This record gives sequence, structure tokens and C-alpha cells, in this order.
Amino acid sequence: MAEIEHYTLNFGPQHPAAHGVLRMILEMDGETVERADPHIGLLHRATEKLAEIKPYNQSIGYMDRLDYVSMMCNEHAYVMAIEKLLGIEVPKRAQYIRVLFAEVTRILNHLMWLGAHGLDVGAMTMFLYCFRDREPLMDAYEAVSGTRMHATYFRPGGVYRDLPDTMPQYEKSPWRNDKKVTELNLNRQGSLLDFLEDYSNKFDACVDEYESLLTENRIWKQRLVGIGVVSPERAYQLGFTGPMLRGSGVAWDLRKMQPYDTYAELDFDIPVGRNGDSYDRYLVRVEEMRQSNKIIRQCIAWLKQNPGPVICDNYKIVPPKRTDMKENMESLIHHFKLFTEGYCVPEGEAYAAVEHPKGEFGIYMISDGANKPYRVKIRAPGFAHLAAMDELSKGHMLADVVAIIGTMDIVFGEIDR
Amino acid sequence: MLTKLIQAVESHLGAKIISHKAEVDELTIEVSKEELLSVAETLRDHDEFQFEQLIDLCGVDYLTYGRDEWTTHDATASGFERGRQVDGELEWDKERFAVVYHLLSLTLNQRIRMRVFVDDEDLKIPSVIDIWNAANWYEREAFDLFGILFEGHPDLRRLLTDYGFIGHPFRKDFPIIGNLEMRFDEEKEKCIYEPVSIEERILVPRVIRKEKI
Repeated sequence: MAEIEHYTLNFGPQHPAAHGVLRMILEMDGETVERADPHIGLLHRATEKLAEIKPYNQSIGYMDRLDYVSMMCNEHAYVMAIEKLLGIEVPKRAQYIRVLFAEVTRILNHLMWLGAHGLDVGAMTMFLYCFRDREPLMDAYEAVSGTRMHATYFRPGGVYRDLPDTMPQYEKSPWRNDKKVTELNLNRQGSLLDFLEDYSNKFDACVDEYESLLTENRIWKQRLVGIGVVSPERAYQLGFTGPMLRGSGVAWDLRKMQPYDTYAELDFDIPVGRNGDSYDRYLVRVEEMRQSNKIIRQCIAWLKQNPGPVICDNYKIVPPKRTDMKENMESLIHHFKLFTEGYCVPEGEAYAAVEHPKGEFGIYMISDGANKPYRVKIRAPGFAHLAAMDELSKGHMLADVVAIIGTMDIVFGEIDR
Repeated sequence: MLTKLIQAVESHLGAKIISHKAEVDELTIEVSKEELLSVAETLRDHDEFQFEQLIDLCGVDYLTYGRDEWTTHDATASGFERGRQVDGELEWDKERFAVVYHLLSLTLNQRIRMRVFVDDEDLKIPSVIDIWNAANWYEREAFDLFGILFEGHPDLRRLLTDYGFIGHPFRKDFPIIGNLEMRFDEEKEKCIYEPVSIEERILVPRVIRKEKI
């Protein structure tokens, strides 16, 4: 019988561990990966091209759909790029609300990652726990923007509206009796901030719970320790950012190094790994959830103390108040022009980057002075990470490829754009 | 912060770059493609730059830069300008394409943007993959979407578009609706490609207003 030395294996695009639509051609030697060639683009929607034919504000919704597990962070970079070009100031309260929701989003993203990563490696329970704890944060999204995922809440100049004073309540149904409804509504009696405060008080215990299941778990460690090791030098070369870079021991976080909005005023730490393997990246992300929770608590305390405007008052950029429109001709014209034509952004170019849960998410925007961007380039962190797939998986076993995809925190909405 | 970087650019790269410009706290340098590799190497290795990371690389098509679908003229001193439909003229006098590099130095905490213009006739530019390995997929993407050829790239294949795709979709003369549409044909029992049946529709015309916000 002829001995087969190398063979190619098609992984995906429809594979539960492919985190979406990743197709990989794996060149195998027995069960060892010799070469991995990811084929991407199956979710390519040409977001950048679509943004070129729409007024600035109409593309905010597209940003949610890039990395669809950290929606508001994408919007954050996009509105920051516009603000940079327009040169407008954002009110303090709006900055705090943005930071609050950026951190809520970070927890949402990391929970999704932890659940899916756990499931890939064989820890079914994690998926259930993480989705249980994502639910209240989704409710917070819904309370503030009206949708559970694609919020379109951040706007150039601030946020769309102020935080609500009441939370939606559960109602009695054939599946929920009075006792259950009262129990569910217990933390929904106050405002959104009270609801989030209650959540953040409970959340540290939840993280302890995840850690007790995973951190010292023998199987978890066997699957992650020493898998996908990246040295700091290689991480630089490969353009890694975020937890992928910090896992290799580089203390780099845009929230600290190039602070935007109010991050400079907040107290939090940057966790870093030591060995640059999947296990360290797991530890980094878990600690980041705790730090995010700390930031959320600080934001809530500030927001409770300081009422104020949540969007700037330049009516060429933001819609005027409804009451003004009823009484004032100029406001009516502003409203009409804004919603039909949009606003023109001065000629120039800007790059705005945020510390997205996955790494550095940047928007490079060129304006030629029109009411639509001339070119928008989305710098997606996952794109650079996935490009290193070949290097990370070389020499590992087939099952480790799944662990590496998991540790990269891949979401195809942003990679394919 | 930026002044120091500008000084470093002037003293160490002065002769090699075409121009430099700082706006909204960002520094952009323009480089010719002949000097690209040596400038890139200096930017990575010199003590005052240390740009270890290539954060982003993208193509830009300047074909319709500054062209609007309406022109405006003053109505009143304080009100909005009035618009009327015209065929805009072209203001762009440089090469059609550009490749834009965004670099980040983690050691010195600074950023720089580097732009290299590429002519329509000769769409070749040296690849920076040996200087920053991250360029691999970014250059494949720019090739796929704009058709810019990166010389020295080991594996310049299409990245984002479909297998067998024709054209470069992010060029400004590529229609937003595309050229081909695909459907499954019941009779032939396979996927077939046909010219698109939809019409292009622009909901909001492109307007350039010079007045300040």
C-alpha cells in the first residue's frame, strides 16, 4: 500500500468550531498541521464601499454589524473619526456614557468568547453560564437604544439620548407566574444605572464561578497551555493588538497609552500574560472582565452625580429638540437638512482607534468636503490575528487548530467587512 | 509630542520624502515608491521612530475626489446654500491610486501615516512584507479590491472576493451594484452567473459645501 505523506483537509466554512464562515485548507502530515491557508471573504459585504455612498450618520448602523458581538465599540471608533474631522467637543456626560457602554460591550464580547471557546474545547457548561450572564447586559442595550444588539446609539457629538429612568418589566404569562415575575423584576424597579449597578455588584462572583470551572481545570490546561505561543517580537511583526499582544507580555492598551473620552480619569489596571500561549490569553481576558466591571462601577457613580447634556448642541450635526422644531423655523430647517442631506465634513483625513475588546479597532476616514465620506477603511483587529493562523498552527495537532481559532476571538463580521 | 516627530522626520528623512503634513494631531508623509523600502526600514529601525507595527495598509482610489453631484451658491448670509445639479469637474491632479500605511510605535507611543501614490498606468509598488510581516494580508486585500500589484509579495492572491471574481470592486468606477449576479438554476442544477438585473440608485446626492460648520 502506498504511503500517503501529506494530504489536504478542508475545514469549514460550515463548521461549528469555525466561529462563523471560516474556510481553511489544512495541509496535514498525519494529524499534524503543516500549513494552514484560511480562505476568508464569505461574509464580505463591502461595508467600506457602502459607507462611501451614504451620508455620514447613516453608516453608524453598519458599524454594529462589523463585529457583531461588540457593537458599540465599533460605533465608538467611527464617531470618533468624524468628530476628529469636524473638530467638535463631546459633553462630559456623553463621554462617560460611551465609556460605560464600551465596557459593557467588552464584557459582552468576552463572555461570548469565553462561552464559545469553552464549547470548542469541550466545556459545555461555560456556554450556558456565559449566555445567562450576557442577558442582563443585552437588556441594558435594549433599554438605552431600543435594540438588543445593533444599537446605533453613539452619534458624532455624543450619544443619541440620555439613560432611561425606568427599566422595562417582565409581564405575567402562561410560563411565568406572579411569584416568578416579581422575582425577575426585583432589580428592575429603579433606573438603568441601578440595574447595571446591581449587575456589576453580582458580576465579580460570576467571574469567580467561571474561574473555578476553568482556571485549574486539568483538561482546560491540557488543551491551552503551550498552544499557539507568540513571542513579543513576533506579535509586533504580525500586527497583534489587544489581548493577543498583552498575552505575550506587552503592556499596551490604548485606553491607557492614548486615552480617549474619559479613560484618563478612571482607575483600572492592564493585565498582561507571561508565556504568550492560549492559556495566558484566557487569563488576560478574564482579568479584563473584572477590570471592565471596575470601570463600570466608577462610571455609574459619576453618572448618578452629574446630570447634563448628552450630545453637543451644534444643530448642523445633531437634530434639534422636538419642541424647538414645533416653534422655531430655523430648527425645522436644520432638521430637514440634517435628515435629507446630512452634514458636510471639512476636507482632510483622520484615523481614530479605540481599544476594542479584540484589539485595536481603527477607522481611517478621508473626506473631500462632501456629505459622504470619500473613503473609509476599517482596521479590524481580527484580520491581523487570523492572518497569523498559518504561523500559530504550524506543527500543532488538528484539534489544536480549533483551540487557536478560539483563542484569537475570531468574528467574521469584522474580518470580512 | 508631534513636534518632536516632525523634527525627527525632517532631520532623518528630509531628502527621501516628498512632503509631510500635520493635521488633526496626525502626521502624514508622502513617499515616492522608489524610496518606499528605505524609508520604511528607517521608520522601523531608527531610534527616534521605532515603528514596530504596521497597523493598517489600504488602497485609495482618487478617481472622483472632489467631484460632487450638486454645486451650491449662497442664498442668504446666514442660511443654507442652495444647490443645483451639475456634472462636477475634477480637481485631482495627482496619480489616481495611493497606498496608505499606518504605523504605530509601541516603545515611543507615536503614530505616523505614510502615503505612496501609484500611477494608473504602472500599478506596481514594492511589498513591505519583509519589513512588517503583517503586510501579508493587507497587501492581498489591496490587490483584491484595487488591483495594486505588490512586487515581492510571495502569495498575491485574491482575499475577500469570490473565487473567480473579475474586476476590482473598490475602485470608484466599479458600480456599487456590481456586474454579475448569481443564482441557482433549477433546470441546469447549478449556480449560474448573469448580468445584474437591478438598477443603481443614489438616495442622497453628493454635495460639497465650503462653508464651515
